[in-house]
Amino acid sequence: MSRLVASGVTDFVGDAIDLQVQVDAVALGAVFALMAVGIGLVFGVMRLVNFAYGQLIMAGAFALAFASERDWPVGVGIALCFAVVLALSLAMERVVFRPLRTQSAAIMLIATFAVAFLLQSIALLWFGPLGKTATSLVALNRPVSVGGVDIRKITIVAIVTAAVCLVLLVALLNRTSIGLHMRAAAIDSQTARLLGVRANLVSTVSVLIAGALAAIVAVMLTVQFPTVTPTFALQETILVLAGVVVGGMTRLLSATLGGFLIGYVSGLLGGALPSGQSQYLPSFLFGLVILVLLVRPDGLFTRRRGLVERV
Amino acid sequence: MRVRRAALELLAPVALVVCAGLVGAAASQTTQIYFVTALISVSTVVAIYVFVGNSGVLSFGHISFFAVGVWAAGVLSIPEQEKPATMPYLFDSLSSTTVGNVPSLLIAAAVGGAFALLVGLPLMRLSGLAAGIATFAVLGITNNILRYYEKIGPGLNTFSSVPETTDMLQATVGALVVIVAAFAYQRSRLGRQLRATREDPAAARAVGVSIYRQRLASFALSGFLAGFAGGLYIHFIPINVDAVYLDLTFITLAMLVIGGATSLWGAVVGALFVSALDSVLAEMEDGMTLLGRTIDLPSGSRIVVVSAVMALVLIVRPSGLTGGREFSLPKLRPAVAK
Repeated sequence: MSRLVASGVTDFVGDAIDLQVQVDAVALGAVFALMAVGIGLVFGVMRLVNFAYGQLIMAGAFALAFASERDWPVGVGIALCFAVVLALSLAMERVVFRPLRTQSAAIMLIATFAVAFLLQSIALLWFGPLGKTATSLVALNRPVSVGGVDIRKITIVAIVTAAVCLVLLVALLNRTSIGLHMRAAAIDSQTARLLGVRANLVSTVSVLIAGALAAIVAVMLTVQFPTVTPTFALQETILVLAGVVVGGMTRLLSATLGGFLIGYVSGLLGGALPSGQSQYLPSFLFGLVILVLLVRPDGLFTRRRGLVERV
Repeated sequence: MRVRRAALELLAPVALVVCAGLVGAAASQTTQIYFVTALISVSTVVAIYVFVGNSGVLSFGHISFFAVGVWAAGVLSIPEQEKPATMPYLFDSLSSTTVGNVPSLLIAAAVGGAFALLVGLPLMRLSGLAAGIATFAVLGITNNILRYYEKIGPGLNTFSSVPETTDMLQATVGALVVIVAAFAYQRSRLGRQLRATREDPAAARAVGVSIYRQRLASFALSGFLAGFAGGLYIHFIPINVDAVYLDLTFITLAMLVIGGATSLWGAVVGALFVSALDSVLAEMEDGMTLLGRTIDLPSGSRIVVVSAVMALVLIVRPSGLTGGREFSLPKLRPAVAK
């Protein structure tokens, strides 16, 4: 990144309008938005915050690394990634989410916390702390010049993929009957069940869609970070969870916007902070998260609820 | 009858901890390490219980109070001449001050409590998921700053040459102090008011309980005790910043939930049960002979088993091993229509 101005406030302004930083920030936001959809969709239907979402991405990334170390074709690697992530998602839903469906949100969150650590420690046991490398798609890191700005191909791929996925998802939710069922379950799952929405089917479908998104995110993240360790995507997941809550968990749109926003701000701050302070980036981000939560505890992009709580 | 039940509520955890202390004191030097670790875990988990158990609000942030306790006690009790070696950038006032064992524990507790109070002032207005994420954010910030700000500690380096004063006796006494404090709090007016807000926030508010103030008081006390536990820990084993982050947050929450988050008895049982499991697995990782067979688990499998047990307990018995109840003998338990 070119740093023309020395440091301080001018540097911040100078870099914030830097097109390159902007594009990278949008790309990061796009990837985070996909993760936010995965988390928000499952939350909407099951009222469950899936802390283990990052470990699904980690598992997918290991599948890609596995394929790449054996020099399998790219397509096979991606197929394996999808297969692993979808199978894990299904297993998670059957073994953990479904039995806990009637429990409180806190219990479910802690349960997914346990699942996250389980998967992470299995990965540690299996692949060791240094992990593996997935190199089959690194060619996407090469830059192309668009209007005088060097943009890595993966940046464009990430933005386009995220946009396509979101459009497809909106179409699924609005144009198909399973989408209608999912929306109904998200608004009021009890009433929806009374009206004939099959709870198990709806939750399976939402977990599968979330899984597919996790696989896509795994592909895109391994391009940018080819070294896959057991803590792969952990930091990202924590940020996205924060972003989703900041945006507002009650609606998919606000959750997605929250995810995008935290990715975008993270990319922007990463480019704008002077190098002596860049190690404190997480502190700045988390500080912002706390500030926003204090002002808008129900989310940035949701309508304000009445002051009086329900009795 | 009420007094007897109250006495049992306190005596059962105390007796359990004293037993662990006595067995540990009789054990060999290498086995003793497991017992000391277990008792420090009891202090930590009970400290977290004071807030999480009594308020019913989940907190991922308590390990930050533990961590500042570790930092305070560690930085202040390393001998002056050793400080420049591990912590060259330390503030002058910190590098020229050295305190003894007990003062350092008290300072650790005070720093933990003050930090919790400071954080709680804004954060205790939140509840539900927002509170969970905000406390997580506090943990992230604390870890980030302790990791890179080398004027207040060793940064990424491991704390070395902290006097190892936490032995079997200090760990036992420490755990007892924390348990008695937690018991006194939960039987007090403040504790009961907070528990009322846990059971029914609207009703509690209707009878004049301020949810915000009760949560804040409990959060500060909880941070105080967590800081104290952190002080105990750094006087036992040299650690670095990675030891007081996500893994410790997970394992302590696991202990609390496995035991039963809503009772003091549950917190103590959970901490000791998971510690015991963890110790046995650690021994198995090194190769252990049991009933004539040698069990040799690959290293790293203990966290697999602990997280699997945690998930299993949550699925089969979401209220924990103790059901979230205080200890009571069967005939003393009043028959309550459910």
